[in-house]
Amino acid sequence: MTVKDAGRAARPAGRAPAKRSPAGDPGQQADSPELIQLLTPEGERVEHPDYPLEISAEELKSLYRDLVIVRRIDFEAIALQRQGELGIWASLLGQEAAQVGSGRALTPRDMAFPTYREHGVAWCRGLDPMKLLELFRGVSHGGWDPTEHNFHLYTIVIGSQTLHATGYAMGIQRDGAVGEDGEAVIVYFGDGATSQGDVNEAFIWASVNNSPVVFFCQNNQWAISEPLERQSRVPLYQRAHGFGFPGVRVDGNDVLACLAVTRKAMQAAREGQGPTMIEAFTYRMGAHTTTDDPTRYRLSAELEAWKLKDPIERVKQYLIRSQQAEMSFFDEVEAEATRVGARVRAACLEMPDPEPLSMFDDVLTEETRQLAAERAGFAAYLDSFVGEEVAR
Amino acid sequence: MTTLTLSRALNEGLRKALEDNPKALIMGEDVGKLGGVFRVTDGLQKDFGEARVIDTPLAESGIIGTAIGLALRGYRPICEIQFDGFVFPAFDQIVSQLAKMRYRSLGSVRLPVVVRIPFGGGIGAVEHHSESPESLFAHTPGLRVVACGDAADAYTMIQQAVRSDDPVIFFEPKRRYWDKAEVDVDGGLAAALPMDQSRVLVPGTDVTVLCYGPMVRTCAEAAVAAQDDGRSLEVIDLRSLAPLDTATIFASVRKTGRCIVVHEAVVTGGIGAEIAAQITQECFYSLESPVLRVGAYTTPYPPSRLEEHYLPDLDRILDAVDRTFGY
Repeated sequence: MTVKDAGRAARPAGRAPAKRSPAGDPGQQADSPELIQLLTPEGERVEHPDYPLEISAEELKSLYRDLVIVRRIDFEAIALQRQGELGIWASLLGQEAAQVGSGRALTPRDMAFPTYREHGVAWCRGLDPMKLLELFRGVSHGGWDPTEHNFHLYTIVIGSQTLHATGYAMGIQRDGAVGEDGEAVIVYFGDGATSQGDVNEAFIWASVNNSPVVFFCQNNQWAISEPLERQSRVPLYQRAHGFGFPGVRVDGNDVLACLAVTRKAMQAAREGQGPTMIEAFTYRMGAHTTTDDPTRYRLSAELEAWKLKDPIERVKQYLIRSQQAEMSFFDEVEAEATRVGARVRAACLEMPDPEPLSMFDDVLTEETRQLAAERAGFAAYLDSFVGEEVAR
Repeated sequence: MTTLTLSRALNEGLRKALEDNPKALIMGEDVGKLGGVFRVTDGLQKDFGEARVIDTPLAESGIIGTAIGLALRGYRPICEIQFDGFVFPAFDQIVSQLAKMRYRSLGSVRLPVVVRIPFGGGIGAVEHHSESPESLFAHTPGLRVVACGDAADAYTMIQQAVRSDDPVIFFEPKRRYWDKAEVDVDGGLAAALPMDQSRVLVPGTDVTVLCYGPMVRTCAEAAVAAQDDGRSLEVIDLRSLAPLDTATIFASVRKTGRCIVVHEAVVTGGIGAEIAAQITQECFYSLESPVLRVGAYTTPYPPSRLEEHYLPDLDRILDAVDRTFGY
């Protein structure tokens, strides 16, 4: 398959063709664009002139391992939600390559700003998956220190974090940390977020300041029930040009392409060449969250077509065909994923509820007298029940 | 002591903050070359450079959102919102992000961001340029909300706000920008009243009058006028709206037994309503009459030819003083 064909193939099947011109259909590749791809859905390695990638068997195997493990964590989390252990879960199913590929392109000094679905990036940054489960269980709103893994807190309001990332990148510039050994920021958002004012403001800020930030849009085709056509009449990556910086579309189910494209964009940002927008063309194979029912708004044929482009299977096929991995390797990864899944499950079940009085913590750096009084009042109220038998 | 306008006092305070802390930054619309539409940042870009006094694109959400990012990187952004009515595009970033991120992070994140907002009416402006949205922010946990009432406080409070490790919404009484007062620019902050404490501006015995921002001068004038009627008003400049310095408020009300809260903001659901509720609860047996509120009516801000009827003034305050003796 040529690169050009691969680009066309990425158009989701099963979608009714748009009535307007192909150029106006954001799902189409017509006027355009190459979809950058280095590994076809069939597991065939292809080259792209702008994105040469040397990758060892060990690196490739470790990418595969990450893909499998984050899918397993996701699988466990969905099951835990179904069993009432999590309040909700936002599945990353289908987006593993976009997240692992981009996440593995970062250096420890780079800063990442996620949405609430970046479990794969969180894994790559070294965040304990239990922190994610805490959030979706309702034990905390996140509660990790963003500086520990240079991975910011999950942001639930759509697109807000693009401005935080841009401001952080402006700080990097003021620290003089742009240049050969520079730092850069990556910010994640989805296709729906591109309609938000904050995202467009972030594009403007980053552009006029030439800030070291990479805008990584996972276009998973659906914003809950709204298809991309509800957000845009042009392919999303093309928006970047209007703001004055490059935009590229990458096969979001191709971990190698996501790795190479993100590496290049991050390096450009670090060196002072300013922002890039990456549109990772992918598909949300699961529901928006565990509360969602995609059968109400999309056809199963579409899902079936995307299953053929699975981000994990193609890596496996490539590893086998190119004889870079023995079958025992896949068994080992499977066993490791099972261990991680079991650990996540056990830790979730053991997770205690927070102490009631902890809800008063960390509102401000110094507790106000009013809040201290409220805390004391609530403590006394709780104490009034001690020793009392509750009549049922 | 130096005689300065409130605008100039803020300017000197900001200059001091930029000198004292290399991480402090000013950002906003027209704050650079122009020096801000009220000239509060006049000359600062020239002296501190474009990297520290930043003319931003015209998007308020962007100003606050990028300020949050800069704060996460260790900076202390001081944002200017050009007019009160323009803060609402940034409301989401302030309420959903700035106010909550520390809580979300279980205390690992600090967001020392100051949001300066010129507020209030009385300048004959068009719509959206005369509003008093402070209670919206005081209602939001995770923010400190303050208002300066004169040049001396403007000078110290803006520096204290920049030093605070919490987000501070800093209201500036725009119709008082050109009022002059003696300012101790050499005094440093050690002797200054902490930002979260109220000040008894005029001691008195008969009625406690609580106010802030543009109403401080009006209430001080009302105290002088009330003397003619033989009434002694104790005027307190609240200065901090969140948290409230209830110790100072309660001590005064327990002494006077009467209280009027004066603000330009709409009375319904306002700061005065909160204070009245707290006084009723904590000073019930000291009260000789209900706590009264003097403020704007529950309408949108009217066209400026009507604002003299809409805004509280000396006579409306004295009328409330009369009424508080009518129970």
